[in-house]
Amino acid sequence: MKIYGVAILAGCFLVGHLLGDVLGKLLHMNGNLGGVGFAMLFLILLHDYFNKKNWHQAETESGILFWSTMYIPVVVAMSASQNVKAALSGGWVAILAGVLATIACYAFIPLIDRMAKKAKTK
Amino acid sequence: MEELISVLEKNGFVFALLLVGIIIYVSYFISKKITNNHIPGAAIAISFGLVLAYFGGDKGFASVPGFTGLAFLGGTMMRDFAIVSTAMGAHFSEVKKTGFIGLLCLVLGTIVAFFVGGSIGYIMGYKDAKSFATIGAGACTFIVGPVTGGAVGASSDVIAISIAIGVIKSVVVSIATPFFAKRLGLDNPQTAMIFGGLVGSTSGVSAGLAATDPKLVPYGALTATFHTAMGCLICPSILYFLVQVFI
Repeated sequence: MKIYGVAILAGCFLVGHLLGDVLGKLLHMNGNLGGVGFAMLFLILLHDYFNKKNWHQAETESGILFWSTMYIPVVVAMSASQNVKAALSGGWVAILAGVLATIACYAFIPLIDRMAKKAKTK
Repeated sequence: MEELISVLEKNGFVFALLLVGIIIYVSYFISKKITNNHIPGAAIAISFGLVLAYFGGDKGFASVPGFTGLAFLGGTMMRDFAIVSTAMGAHFSEVKKTGFIGLLCLVLGTIVAFFVGGSIGYIMGYKDAKSFATIGAGACTFIVGPVTGGAVGASSDVIAISIAIGVIKSVVVSIATPFFAKRLGLDNPQTAMIFGGLVGSTSGVSAGLAATDPKLVPYGALTATFHTAMGCLICPSILYFLVQVFI
């Protein structure tokens, strides 16, 4: 049943958010800290666990996969409901930050690649 | 006309699904026919959304009567739910194989993007810790930006900037990757995983790798998925905390 997959996803989501909220309280910061990241980790680990136990339920998985295909549409709706007019006053920030952050990340690729190859030959 | 708006208003969520479906159809058509798949359809669709939002108000295009459903479909709950589900595409065991290097890439890629993006925002006038963290997180991916912005309570315009940064990064990665692939040594699965982990943007990475060598796509996309999780985990927590110490 597809709903089992959706329910598992909902469970991971809620437990992750709960953990994020608790972490936020513990660190005396407002709001949810990393709840989405925790929820993703739970789902990955749970998926891994089910794989190890050989519990393959295609129907259950398709319930989760449906939502993962909805992620781009949801993000499109999200960007369509942002306060873009206000953001455009800082338009160059977006362009500069986007381009420079990408270049900075690219610069580290050959470096880490070399490290990885060295580690392998050892 | 009044009846139409009333129906759309009452069934806002359903209308939003129709609207987004049309936007995505047009965007993927443009991606395929006009840009020859060089700019990913997802990046065009998101830019499309941002352009629409420009013609709206505080809540973007969802401020326009009849279009309020967009704010629900694109609201925090739906967004987080859909993002968590993408974790199904990643396997823990695969990342364990790259071990320490893989983890280093995820952490390093997030930190580099966060501080480069955040510093540029700071230089250009966004000097409070909340804006620094949100703009920096946007330089990770267009997901991490709004998630962080929501968590730390940043204003909607800063969140919109963080999405714009993520979209620009996604477009740059998609277009630039095939041109720099040789110089970056991007011709094997291991480098592809390092690339995905460092750069992050899942749509940009998968489009860029598809244009370079389709065989590398799953490897890069795999670590890129973890990059978003890592960003969502450390940007609103440890990194935001660090920023608060210094600003």
